[in-house]
Amino acid sequence: MGNYDACRDVSILSVEPVGPEGAAKGCYMLTLANPGFSPAVAGQFVMVRPRAFQQNPVWPRPFSICRLTAEALTLFVQVCGRGTEILCRLVPGDTATVWGPLGQGFALEPEVPTVMLAGGVGIAPFVEYAAGHPSPEHLSLVFGHRLPLSCYPFDAFSGLKSAEAFQEKGPDDLAAFIAHLETTIAGHADGLVLACGPRPFLVTVARLARKYSVRAQVSLENRMACGVGGCLGCVEKNVLGSYVQTCTQGPVFWVEELALSEES
Amino acid sequence: MSVDASVRLPGMELKNPVMTASGTFGYGLEFARYGDLRSLGGIVAKGLSLKPRAGNPMPRIAETPCGMLNAIGLQNCGVEVFLRDKLPRLPYDETPIIANLYACDADEFAELAGVLSAAEGVAALEVNISCPNVKAGGIAFGQDPAMAGKLTEAVKKRAGDKPVWVKLSPNVTDIVAIARAAVLGGADALTCINTLTGMSVDIRTRKPRLANVIGGLSGPAIKPVALRCVWQVCRAVSAPVIAVGGISCAEDVLEFILVGAHAVQIGTANFMRPDMAFRIAERLPALMEELGIENLEEYRCSIQV
Ligand SMILES: Cc1cc2nc3c(=O)[nH]c(=O)nc-3n(C[C@H](O)[C@H](O)[C@H](O)COP(=O)(O)OP(=O)(O)OC[C@H]3O[C@@H](n4cnc5c(N)ncnc54)[C@H](O)[C@@H]3O)c2cc1C
Ligand SMILES: Cc1cc2nc3c(=O)[nH]c(=O)nc-3n(C[C@H](O)[C@H](O)[C@H](O)COP(=O)(O)O)c2cc1C
Ligand code: FES
Repeated sequence: MGNYDACRDVSILSVEPVGPEGAAKGCYMLTLANPGFSPAVAGQFVMVRPRAFQQNPVWPRPFSICRLTAEALTLFVQVCGRGTEILCRLVPGDTATVWGPLGQGFALEPEVPTVMLAGGVGIAPFVEYAAGHPSPEHLSLVFGHRLPLSCYPFDAFSGLKSAEAFQEKGPDDLAAFIAHLETTIAGHADGLVLACGPRPFLVTVARLARKYSVRAQVSLENRMACGVGGCLGCVEKNVLGSYVQTCTQGPVFWVEELALSEES
Repeated sequence: MSVDASVRLPGMELKNPVMTASGTFGYGLEFARYGDLRSLGGIVAKGLSLKPRAGNPMPRIAETPCGMLNAIGLQNCGVEVFLRDKLPRLPYDETPIIANLYACDADEFAELAGVLSAAEGVAALEVNISCPNVKAGGIAFGQDPAMAGKLTEAVKKRAGDKPVWVKLSPNVTDIVAIARAAVLGGADALTCINTLTGMSVDIRTRKPRLANVIGGLSGPAIKPVALRCVWQVCRAVSAPVIAVGGISCAEDVLEFILVGAHAVQIGTANFMRPDMAFRIAERLPALMEELGIENLEEYRCSIQV
C-alpha cells in the first residue's frame, strides 16, 4: 500500500534457544526478515503479531530491538505467557506482522562515561546500544539475572570498558546486587546511566540516580495494546501528575520526568 | 463488474462504509504512518470533553479471550486543543472527521456540541451517552430512555446543521427503547454499540487486572452481541445505524450491512495491526465483487430470516 511501509508482514528466519539451557528456560533469539526499517535508535521497540495469533491473543506484543541489520531484525524473547509461548514456537517461513521502529530510544553521548544497567530480559536493547556505540571504551554493563548467564546474550558485550554479571538466587544476592548498583551509580556522577529491566529494578535505579544526582534514563515495559499512541493504555504518571504515553513519549524516559511508583 | 462501496449518511457521503471507532484510532494522526487517511470512509476522533482530562490510574487495559477490557477514563486533550492542534492536520476536506462527545451532564454536553458545531472540518457529532459518572442520580444517560431522548434533544439544539449520532450502550435491558428515544430526540443516526461492562482478576495476586476494577469489553469477543443489537435496532427505527463491535475483516463489515447497518467502525482491530482499517477498506470492493454485490444499498438489510 504505497509508501506506508512502517507495518509489514515478514518471514521468520529463525527461532533459536540461547545457550545450552535456553530452550528449557524459555530464552530465544527470534530473527525476522528486516521489515524495511531504516536505522533504529537503540532502546526503540517493535510490535510483533504472528499470524498464528489469529484472533486470540488480540494484542500484538512489544519487544526491544535487540539487533537490527540490513537483512534481519533480531529480538531476544523470554517466554512468560501465551503470546511469547506462541512466538517462540514459530518456525522459519511462518509470518508475523511487525511495525516500528517505535518510541524514543536511549541517549547516545559518545564521549560521556555511560553505564548500562540491565535486569533480566532488559539486556535486549543494550545489545544494539553497545553494537552502535562509537566509543565502547566509555561503556560498561552491570547485569542482574536469575537464569543461568548462558541463557542471555551476554557474550555480545565483549570489548567494553567492563561487563559484570550478578546472578540472583536468593534475597541476599538481591541485596548485594542493589548495593553494587548504588556504588556504580554513585561513581557515575559525571556520566550517564541507562537502565532497562523489571519495574522494581527501575524504581531502585531511579531512587539512586536522584540520591546521587546522576543523569539517568529508564526504559519502561508498560502493558501496550497498540504501540502507536492510539489507545492510551500504556500510560505512566509524570512529575506534573499527568499521564504520558509509554509507547510514543517513551519507553525511554529521563528519570526526573517520571513519578515512578511500584505499581504498574 | 465495477462495484460501488460508497454510502450516504444524513449530511454526508462516505467513499466507503469503513470508519474508525472512537478511542481506538487516537486523533487519526497517530495512524497516518500506516495508511492513507483519505482512503477511509470516516474517522471518529477520541472522545472529547470541554476541558482536558487526565483519565484513570494504571493499569487501564487488560487482555481477555478474543478481546480486551479498558478503563481509560476519558483521557483526552480537551476540545480546544483538538480544534487548534489536531483537526487542522487531518484531511477533513476528503474524509469526514466525526467528533465524539463525552460529558457528565446535559448542559456540558450541549456546550460541547455548541463549540464543535461551529468548527469547520467537523462533519458530525457522535454523542457517547454511556458515561457512568453522570450527575443525575448516577444513572447513565444511555440506560434511561427518557434521559437519552432529552439529552439528544439538548445536543441537537446546539448542533446547528451538523448531524448528530447517538452512540448506544449494550449494557441495558432493551436497547431498542433507548434507540427509539434517541431518534425521537432528533438523532440523525445511531452508533451501535459501545463496550460491554466486564471484569478480569488475577488469582495469584488476588487483584483485579484493572485499577478501576471494572472496564469495557471490546474486540472480536463482542461481535455476536453487536450484531444482535444492530439487527434489533435496524428493525425498530428508520434512522441509519453505524455498526461497531468486534469487526476485524471485510467479511465482518458485510455481516453488519446484511442485518441493516449503513456503515461500520473498526475499533479494537486497529490494535491487531495499525493498518487494519485501511486494509479492510481496500479489501471490501474485491469481496463485494466476489459475492456479486454491486452496491451496498442493494445488499443492506437483505438478511433472510
Ligand atoms: C517497550 C517494551 C519492550 C520489551 N522488550 C522485551 C524484550 O526485548 N524481550 C522480552 O522477552 N520481553 C520484552 N518486553 C515484554 C514483553 O512484551 C512481554 O513479556 C510480553 O508482551 C508478554 O506476552 P505474553 O503473551 O507472553 O504474556 P501474557 O500471557 O500476556 O502475560 C504474562 C505476563 O506478562 C505481562 N505482560 C503482558 N503484556 C506485557 C507487556 N506489554 N509488557 C510487559 N509485560 C507484559 C503480564 O502482565 C503478565 O504478568 C517488552 C515490553 C515493552 C513494553
Ligand atoms: C481503548 C478504547 C477506548 C475507547 N474510547 C472510547 C471513547 O472515547 N468514546 C466512545 O464513544 N467509545 C470509546 N470506545 C469504544 C469503541 O469506540 C467501540 O465502541 C468499542 O470498542 C466496540 O468496538 P470494537 O469491539 O470494534 O472495539 C473505546 C474503546 C477502546 C477499546
Ligand atoms: S500502547 Fe496504545 S497508546 Fe501506547
